[in-house]
Amino acid sequence: MNLIAQIEAEQIAELGKTIPDFKAGDTIRVGYKVTEGTRSRVQAYEGVCIARKGGGIAASFTVRKISFGEGVERVFPLYSTNIESIEVVRRGRVRRAKLYYLRDRRGKSARIAEVTNYKPKAEA
Amino acid sequence: MRSGVIAKKLGMTRLFLEDGRQVPVTVLQLDNLQVVAQRTADKDGYSAVQLGAGEAKAKRTTAAMRGHFAKASVAPKRKLAEFRVSPENLINVGEEITADHYFAGQFVDVAGTSIGKGFAGAMKRHNFGGLRASHGVSISHRSHGSTGQCQDPGKVFKGKKMAGHMGAARVTTQNLQVVRTDADRGLIMIKGAVPGSKGGWVTIKDAVKKPVPENVILPAALKSAADAARKAAEEAAAAAAAEEEAARLAALEAEQAAIESAEAEAAAPEGGDNES
Repeated sequence: MNLIAQIEAEQIAELGKTIPDFKAGDTIRVGYKVTEGTRSRVQAYEGVCIARKGGGIAASFTVRKISFGEGVERVFPLYSTNIESIEVVRRGRVRRAKLYYLRDRRGKSARIAEVTNYKPKAEA
Repeated sequence: MRSGVIAKKLGMTRLFLEDGRQVPVTVLQLDNLQVVAQRTADKDGYSAVQLGAGEAKAKRTTAAMRGHFAKASVAPKRKLAEFRVSPENLINVGEEITADHYFAGQFVDVAGTSIGKGFAGAMKRHNFGGLRASHGVSISHRSHGSTGQCQDPGKVFKGKKMAGHMGAARVTTQNLQVVRTDADRGLIMIKGAVPGSKGGWVTIKDAVKKPVPENVILPAALKSAADAARKAAEEAAAAAAAEEEAARLAALEAEQAAIESAEAEAAAPEGGDNES
């Protein structure tokens, strides 16, 4: 392991976050810390994870939802200290790693089938 | 004026801070950074220290350079650089500089050799706008436009920005902030980008455009000084431990003595009675 990867691994360990096992297609709820002036609160953002990108400390994921009839996408850094929680609401069955095709779809065709027999990956 | 350091660029990463901010950092490493030679006003007309970093194979070092390193009794170095210092900040030959040389929050200037781009056009090299995509422009969409006037002056002025070789030049980036240092591994993390590619050598100096901070270590953060400090701390700790042990023993003894005396006292009346 090179020194950069080592530093990143150390920082990930130091942040001590528990990231649930989720992938593109899953519906997730992200608790994101918002600071307004002096006080901060946790805002929930729920939608379909359409992509997971990057590795190490730079990893991020994109969550898409339809808000007031308008598609909204937000990219979160996976290890951001602003993320309070990540919760998997529903496991989706998809055949792609990046679900960018959902951007062109609306309604019925933008549905994702649910995984009924989800098995968590064995801990390595 | 104190010495700078030679560092190797390891690459970039990011740090997540407690307050939710994330800081992009370049990780630089001090690799066996030692003073190889001194330049003094008497001998050379100016005062400076020559530092060496990295490891070079003795077999691949020229005889002349081997002699130079032997004189300083240091292992052959991969990279040498001189730093002008004021005479009182000269460092002894052979001393090793540690990453504590800079503190978090300090501003530094970093110089390195930028990544070579080869022969680059005017758009890439000088941020020219290029020509239009249509309206009669053919073939020359990325060209520069006019390079001058007409018969008078009848030439292209010197220094005209045109296509040419780009990169692979010495570049200094000023006023970069040190975010974190790690003396054990010799790491210095600097906010933002630093010229050069991964594995390249850069030099770090105190920022020239900022006042010199009061808490910089003069003449430099030396490994010998750190070792001495650690040793002193260890000795102090050992002394403190010994004192504590002695105090504990003394307390024990006192306690023992107290118990004994109490016993003796308890026994004394009886003994006294017996004796009398």
